[in-house]
Amino acid sequence: MEFDLPFIWAGLIAVAVLAYTLLDGFDLGIGILFPFLKDREERHLAMNTIAPVWDGNETWLVLGGGGLFAVFPLAYAIVMPGLYPLIIAMLLGLIFRGVAFEFVHRTKRMQAFWEFGFWGGSLIAAIAQGMALGALVQGITVEGRAYGGGNWDWLSPFSVLTGVALVVGYATLGATWLILKTEGETLARAQRFALPLGIALTALIGVVSLATPFLRPEYLARWFGWPSGIWSAIVPVLLALAIWQLWTGLRDHDQLRPFLATVAIFVLSFAGLGVSFYPYLVPPSLTIAEAAGPDSSLGFLLVGAVVLIPIILAYTGYSYWVFRGKVRPGDGYH
Amino acid sequence: MLSDISAIDLARFQFAFTVSAHIIFPAFTIGLASYLAVLNGLWLWRREPAYLRLFDYWKTIFAVVFGMGVVSGIVLSYQFGTNWAVFSDKSGPVLGPLLGYEVLTAFFLEAGFLGIMLFGREKVGDRLHMMATAIVALGTLMSAFWILSANSWMQTPAGYGVNDVGQFVPEDWWAIIFNPSFPYRMVHMVLAAYLTTAFVVGGVGAWHLLRNRENQSAAIMFSMAMWMALIVAPIQIFAGDEHGINTLEFQPAKIAAMEGHFESFPEGGAPLILLGLPDDAAGETHYKLEIPYLGSLILTRSLSAPILGLDAFPEDERPKSALIFWTFRLMVAIGFAMMGLGLWSVWARWKGRLYTAPWLHRAAVVMGPSGFLAVLCGWITTEVGRQPYTIQGLLRTSDSVAPLQADAVSVSLLAFIVVYFFVFGSGTFYVMRLMGREPDHGVDIDHIGVVRAAGITPVAANPHAHHETSGD
Repeated sequence: MEFDLPFIWAGLIAVAVLAYTLLDGFDLGIGILFPFLKDREERHLAMNTIAPVWDGNETWLVLGGGGLFAVFPLAYAIVMPGLYPLIIAMLLGLIFRGVAFEFVHRTKRMQAFWEFGFWGGSLIAAIAQGMALGALVQGITVEGRAYGGGNWDWLSPFSVLTGVALVVGYATLGATWLILKTEGETLARAQRFALPLGIALTALIGVVSLATPFLRPEYLARWFGWPSGIWSAIVPVLLALAIWQLWTGLRDHDQLRPFLATVAIFVLSFAGLGVSFYPYLVPPSLTIAEAAGPDSSLGFLLVGAVVLIPIILAYTGYSYWVFRGKVRPGDGYH
Repeated sequence: MLSDISAIDLARFQFAFTVSAHIIFPAFTIGLASYLAVLNGLWLWRREPAYLRLFDYWKTIFAVVFGMGVVSGIVLSYQFGTNWAVFSDKSGPVLGPLLGYEVLTAFFLEAGFLGIMLFGREKVGDRLHMMATAIVALGTLMSAFWILSANSWMQTPAGYGVNDVGQFVPEDWWAIIFNPSFPYRMVHMVLAAYLTTAFVVGGVGAWHLLRNRENQSAAIMFSMAMWMALIVAPIQIFAGDEHGINTLEFQPAKIAAMEGHFESFPEGGAPLILLGLPDDAAGETHYKLEIPYLGSLILTRSLSAPILGLDAFPEDERPKSALIFWTFRLMVAIGFAMMGLGLWSVWARWKGRLYTAPWLHRAAVVMGPSGFLAVLCGWITTEVGRQPYTIQGLLRTSDSVAPLQADAVSVSLLAFIVVYFFVFGSGTFYVMRLMGREPDHGVDIDHIGVVRAAGITPVAANPHAHHETSGD
C-alpha cells in the first residue's frame, strides 16, 4: 500500500502545533493574566495549577520545530530566517516564563521581578507566536532554496492583528482553565475575566477571518471556490456553536464547559487556517510536497511517531490525572 | 556597529554561546537524574531517612537546573534554522529524524514524569514514584543517545547519499545512528556527565563536612561521590584515550591540531607536546616542552606508524590549533586531577579519615565545578576541531549559514548575552544558595521560608498553610 508520507506528516505536524497552542496556550494565558490576579497568593495558586504539566506542554513546541526540521527541512530553513526576530523574541520570552516556575520560590528580594518576568515572558511569547502565524499566512518570500525577503517583512497590520488575537485567545484559555482548576474567589474572578475575553476573541476571530481571504487570491479561491468552499459553510457554523457553548457555559456557571468550548474555538480556527493553507506549507510558493524531505526520512520517523505518540498521550494523560481536581491555596504538592 | 564582523562570525559566536550555556545544564542533570534514582532506591530499600532527605535536597536543585536546561535547549532546536538555514535544508533529512526521536523518546518522557517525580510522591505512592524517578533518569540518557548520535554524524558521517537538490539523504539508518565516532562519544559524554555530577555532589558534601563533620547526609554524599571519582575517573581516561584513537582514524586533522603537530611524522616517533604555543599563521608550535615518542605511543600504540601533521592537509581544510591545543590539555589535566582526588579519597578512607580530612575536603570543594570546565573544554575541542566544516568533509561552515544580515544577528546576539548572563547567572546563584543549605536541617530552613523542600510552594504569607497541608 502506498502512503502519501508528506501529507501524513503535514497532518502530524499540524496536530503537534495544535496540541502546543492548546496546552501551552492555557499556561501562557495564565501568565498573561498574572497582573490582573488579586495578590501574590492568588498568582502562585494560578501558577501551581500548571507547575506539574507546563514542561510537557512546551515539549509539543519542540516536536513542532524538530518535526519541521526532520520532515520539511526546506520549510524549516526558509521560515526560521524569515521570522527571525519573532522566533528570537519567542525564545527569550519562553526563557523568562520557564525559569519563573522555580525562581519565584528561590528568592524573596527578586520574587516580584521573576513574577514580572513570568508575565512579560508569557506575553512576548504569545505575541511573537501570533505575529509569526500572521506573517506566515501573509506569505514568505522565497528565493531558490532560501528566504529571500528582508529583516522586517514579518511586520504588518495583519500580523499585529493576529498577535493581539492570539494573546486574547491564550488569555481566554487561561481564564477558563482557572475556572476549571480553582474555586471560591479565584474562580469567580476567572469567570469575570472570561466573559469580556470571550467577546473580544469572537470579534478578533471575525476580523481575522474576514481579512484572510483577501490577503491572497489563492485563499479567496479556497474559501469561495468549489469544492473547498464547502468549508466556508461548515467552519463558521461550528465556530458559532462553540462560541455559544462558551457563552452559555459562563452564564450557567459551568466549570468545565467554558474551557472545552474555548478549546473547540481554537481547533476550529486552526482548521480554518488549514483550509486556507492547503496545499501550501509556506505560502505562497512552497507546497507540502515540495518542502518534504525524502520518503526514507519521513518513513523512518513515522514508525516512531505511530508507536510513540499514543504512548506519550497515555502517560501525559496519566500525569494530568494524577494532578486532577481543584488546586487549593496551601496545596504544596509535597 | 560591528561593521567589520561578518554575519557568519556573529552566527557562529551566537551558536557557540548558546550551545555552551546549554551543555552545562544537561551535563549536570544527566548525572543528577541517575543519582536521584539511586538515592530514592536506597531510601525505599533501606528506609534510612537520610536517603530521603538527600533525595529531597538534590531534587530541589534538580528542578531549578532542569528548568534552565529546558529553556536553553528549546533555543537550540530553533537556532539550527535561524542561524544555519542551509545546513538545516541539507542535513535535515538525516539529522532531523534523529532529533525527532529525541523529542519522542526523551523529552516527552522526562517532561511527562518530572511532575510526578517532583511533586507526586504522596499522590501516586512509593512504587510509582520510584518508577517516575527512574523514567526521568532514563529519559536524560535517551536524550544523550540521540543528540550525540546526531553530533557524531556531523563528525563522522556515514550511511547517507546526496540527492539532486544537494540534500544529504539517508540510505542506511543503522549506519547513520551508529556512525563510527558515536559509541565513543556517547560513552565519553555520559561518563563526563556522571563525573561532573559526582564532583558537584562531592564538593557540596565536603563543604558541609568542613563546617560540621557530624553531618550524616553530607558524609553520605561525600562518600558516594568519592567512590564515583575513584571508579569512573580512570574509566573515563581510558574511554577518552579510545575516543582519541577513533578521532585519529576518522578526523586526523583534528588530532594534529589538538596535539600542535604542524608537521607530519611519516616514520612515526611523534613526541607528545606537553606545553607549547601553537602558531597557526607561522605553522609551528613555539616553546615546545615535549616528551619524545610518547605522542606516537598514545595515538598509534607504536613507535613507527606514521602520524599526519597539519601540513598533510590543504590550507583551507585545517582546523586552527591555537585554541583546541589548550582546551584539550585543560580537559585532560582535569581528568587526571579527578582521578587523583579519587585515589586520595580511597587512601583517606582506608585510614579511616574520609570524613575528618580537611585538606581532602578543601580539594573536593575546589574540584566541585571542575567537571563543567572539562565538559566545555571537551566540546570546544571536538567542535572547533571539526572546522572549517559543519559536516566533516561534506559541508563547510561558510556554506551552512542562513541568509541573515549582520545587524539582525548582532542585535539578537546581544539580547542572548544579556538575558543568559542575567537569567542563568541568577539561577546559578539560587542553585549555589540551595547547595549552601546544610542537609539534615530541612525542617528548620522550611520555617525561614526562603528555600523550600519542593518546587511548588504553599504561600508563605498564609499562616495556616502548614496545618492544612498535613491533611492532604
